[in-house]
Amino acid sequence: MIETGINIALFSMLVVTALVAVRLRHLFGVVMLAGAFSLLSALLLVTLDAADVAFTEAAVGAGISTVLMLGTLALTSRREKIPSHRPWLPLVVVLVTGAAIIYGTLDMPDFGAPDSPAQTGVAAEYIARSPHEIGIPNIVTAVLASYRGYDTLGEVGVVFTAGVGVLLLLGGLRARRRRGRPDGPDGEEG
Amino acid sequence: MRHHLILRVSTKLLAGAIMLFAFYVQFHGDYSPGGGFQAGVILAVAFVLYGLVYGLEAAQEVLPRRVVHRMMALGVLVYAGTGVVSLLSGYAYLDYNALNPGMPEKGQEAGILLVEGGVGITVAGVMISVYYAFAGRPPRISDEEW
Repeated sequence: MIETGINIALFSMLVVTALVAVRLRHLFGVVMLAGAFSLLSALLLVTLDAADVAFTEAAVGAGISTVLMLGTLALTSRREKIPSHRPWLPLVVVLVTGAAIIYGTLDMPDFGAPDSPAQTGVAAEYIARSPHEIGIPNIVTAVLASYRGYDTLGEVGVVFTAGVGVLLLLGGLRARRRRGRPDGPDGEEG
Repeated sequence: MRHHLILRVSTKLLAGAIMLFAFYVQFHGDYSPGGGFQAGVILAVAFVLYGLVYGLEAAQEVLPRRVVHRMMALGVLVYAGTGVVSLLSGYAYLDYNALNPGMPEKGQEAGILLVEGGVGITVAGVMISVYYAFAGRPPRISDEEW
């Protein structure tokens, strides 16, 4: 009962934050609201007992992303331009997509239902086997790093590739290239 | 930015505590929520905070660009290298039983520690590099305009 109340309160604050962020033209405020939005999402994940995901959301969404968006803001503009066209077509697209997604959730099993695919798959096997196969008590870590080690290696590869992409686009590798080729342009090509 | 006295003092106090917390999250991930991804981000936050308050040059004196660029690749190498070690010992790729064939659960523990370490190094390196890349561009908005 009390959990329902908390969920309703958090979701209402989430919706209000999103609406205010869409209406606001002062981009510094929008960035701060985006950070608050991430923090509220992290709280919602805590109520779902997904502490690991909540942790990541709070650290990445509310922490690093806010700093990076502020950095972007310092390079561009402080205020959003007034759009030249009416927002009716995008609004219709968003409403139709949202309605389709909600229609899709009607088929999903209830939250915590014992016969849902998430509970009947390999999860029971992991819980039964990890205490004696793997010498650590945290099953989430055991699944992430050992049973699903390939996935996590792929994820690290994605993080690495994203970092390299940002460096190539923003010229973070400039200093090295200048030293290697003194007369070339400073890392803006390619 | 000589005038932000409270920010400067509290940053100095907090930076060490944040890094310590990052290592706690990294190495206590076997027992509690956490692990390489979260720990890497928290470690990066310490340097981002330092850079925000003391300026980018001060942060890059502590942790130069070339070091963080190498960290990005080093973490992936540690992770993939762990797999190669088990491959060379005659086990499947990333099967950590190879690290301690006598006691497989200890081998698993060691393998998880290694790959989580790799994850943490790469994530911290990428986050700090991305911050350096963004903050290193000349800004168009002056300090007073905020």
